Amino acid sequence: MNNMGEIVLSVRDFGVEIPTRQGILRPVDGLSLDIARGKILGVVGESGAGKSMTGNAVIGLLDPPAHVAGGEIWLNGKRIDNLNRERMRKIRGKEIGMVFQDPLTSLNPLLPIGDQLVETIMEHLPVDKKQAMEKAVAALDEVGIPAAAQRIGSYPHEFSGGMRQRVVIALALCAEPSLVIADEPTTALDVSVQAQIISLLKRMCKERGTAIMLITHDMGVIAETADEVAVMYAGRMVELGPVRDVLTSPTHPYTQGLMASTPLAAKGNKRLNQIEGAMPRLDNLPQGCAFHPRCSIAKDKCKINPAPGMDLNEGRAACWFADGTKQ
Amino acid sequence: MRDMVKVEKLCREFDVSPPWLNRVIEGKSKAILHAVNDVSFNIKKNSVYALVGESGSGKSTIGKIVVGLLPPTSGSVEIDGVDLFHERDKSKLNSTRSGIQMIFQDPYASLNPRWKVGGIIVEPVEARGGNTKGLAEKLLEQVGLSALDVNKYPHEFSGGQRQRICIARALAAEPNLIVCDEPTSALDVSVQAQVLNLMSDLREEFKLTYLFISHDLTIVQHMADVVGVLYLGRLIEEAPRDILFGSPKHPYTQMLLEAAPKLDGFGREVAPPKGEIPDPINPPSGCAYHPRCPIATDKCKAERPEMTMKDKTRVACFFA
Ligand SMILES: Nc1ncnc2c1ncn2[C@@H]1O[C@H](COP(=O)(O)OP(=O)(O)OP(=O)(O)O)[C@@H](O)[C@H]1O
Ligand SMILES: Nc1ncnc2c1ncn2[C@@H]1O[C@H](COP(=O)(O)OP(=O)(O)OP(=O)(O)O)[C@@H](O)[C@H]1O
Ligand SMILES: [Mg+2]
Ligand SMILES: [Mg+2]
Repeated sequence: MNNMGEIVLSVRDFGVEIPTRQGILRPVDGLSLDIARGKILGVVGESGAGKSMTGNAVIGLLDPPAHVAGGEIWLNGKRIDNLNRERMRKIRGKEIGMVFQDPLTSLNPLLPIGDQLVETIMEHLPVDKKQAMEKAVAALDEVGIPAAAQRIGSYPHEFSGGMRQRVVIALALCAEPSLVIADEPTTALDVSVQAQIISLLKRMCKERGTAIMLITHDMGVIAETADEVAVMYAGRMVELGPVRDVLTSPTHPYTQGLMASTPLAAKGNKRLNQIEGAMPRLDNLPQGCAFHPRCSIAKDKCKINPAPGMDLNEGRAACWFADGTKQ
Repeated sequence: MRDMVKVEKLCREFDVSPPWLNRVIEGKSKAILHAVNDVSFNIKKNSVYALVGESGSGKSTIGKIVVGLLPPTSGSVEIDGVDLFHERDKSKLNSTRSGIQMIFQDPYASLNPRWKVGGIIVEPVEARGGNTKGLAEKLLEQVGLSALDVNKYPHEFSGGQRQRICIARALAAEPNLIVCDEPTSALDVSVQAQVLNLMSDLREEFKLTYLFISHDLTIVQHMADVVGVLYLGRLIEEAPRDILFGSPKHPYTQMLLEAAPKLDGFGREVAPPKGEIPDPINPPSGCAYHPRCPIATDKCKAERPEMTMKDKTRVACFFA
């Protein structure tokens, strides 16, 4: 991670807590990661692993009672986890763009898309209305909306799902943010449209140097898109590394099991690898390493001690035995 | 081997016209959506036939017709020699029907939350007056759960376990054909493997035949013997699995396979596919894929290619 160039987002030992009657839940715990300029970090994990919580925490949009519980978030060298709501609202849109699974959550159904773009552009960039309009058309053009100048007066419902997601991406990028958080941006879309959106995100990243946190549960999307990948399990990051390394030679037993259970082309009709059981719920986390009840190499130590932290510069997996020394 | 399922010239239309009054006021005409259009295919006994295609291509509609949940507008479905929609002999029809079961995408929605698991599983058998003693316990163990689970409620189970309960319920009727509509789409990858393995095991054990509906090509490639590709309600290519994935002939199939993210596709740059799925109410003339097709000619615009046999593939393209 050292020679990766300019760091845009840096998260250190970060946690989120949810107080409940049964006690405090930790949907994100001890999270540390960096994303450099022009790079895509994939965040993968099963449903409930804490991916969206992580993304929402970075943009300061945690739904109460969930709240930040320690750690630091740095954006372009500025600490942002302790900013007030108003300052954070300014940063969202200007410095951090957002793309969610359902494009309708990001669009106002009652406003033509052009007006929404112009509003965002004028709030964040020093331009007049006419320049903002030109920028809006250019932004739509860039994301591949045909006849952008004519479509500027159209309402969100007049677009197909894939087109809407393009509009959201135009909206996320129009103020030229240095970081984009994309939470399952293609999950609701068909394969062919997904390929279009992924290719668009990659192009933005390359041409503008935008850093992207791409949250998804689709390993194939990660393989083709991400530079690095973080694997989450029960609120903890269990493995982090260059995408090719993590996917082709995973070191954490969970990542290993996950990759082996994916139906891979060449394997034909052979049985898939199974990880027995399911990810534990946050209110029912086992003691020690959260993965130990499903882990094939777990030892007594794993049942008592929480998994070791991941040193950002060396280890790739949060596992006592990941380095092969089966002590 | 004999055919378990024979689907012939299947059509299903939906009337999606605006209400009568709006038609009059706004001068709009009636609108008919051809969700399934002239689809024919056979499924061999004890094999897995997969239907793939993008959203709205008609996969679920075909599934519902095959299990008898939805009547076709025209065409026929024969299960084990019995015509589901034209057979007059009621008892023959009933026994054929009870041999067909369906597993849906959402294991949460398809289980009654107020019933105990045991009751849910034996319900289809009980409804026919069959013997249910010890049945739920046996089936639960067959799908990898515990006999003690009969007294639990659905909410006490995870998504993968619930899908197993749905499978146990389907098995209770001793089916020979199971239609699975996106059976693992709501499940996580590590749990999906448990369910897919179970389905493969049961296929061997009970000599089941599957109609397997999915938009996930990696799963289809893992599970299917024969694959049919749908586009806008029409079957446009069908071939044995390895042939379809190895040398797809229709430009749409080629595009689908190319666009699907690959697990080993590190840094792969795909030329993103052109265009989007057209409006199903006013499909393009000729070959419905022609506006997006890189090799389309004037002929494709004017004329619709029929499914024709080329080697072991049936394909509807003039240039395949
Ligand atoms: N208000 C709340 N009270 C209790 N638990 C909550 C609350 N909000 C979220 N959670 C839990 O926090 C965990 C993390 O959720 P998150 O949405 O980040 O998961 P995710 O990885 O994005 O999953 P998905 O793939 O389903 O989107 C989940 O286990 C969820 O049940
Ligand atoms: N009851 C209905 N009334 C009107 N139109 C319908 C009805 N059921 C399905 N359709 C339409 O028929 C077409 C085929 O739908 P179907 O559900 O079979 O597609 P599918 O291939 O299963 O798609 P998906 O992948 O989204 O599940 C779609 O255009 C759909 O909108
Ligand atoms: Mg999420
Ligand atoms: Mg469907």
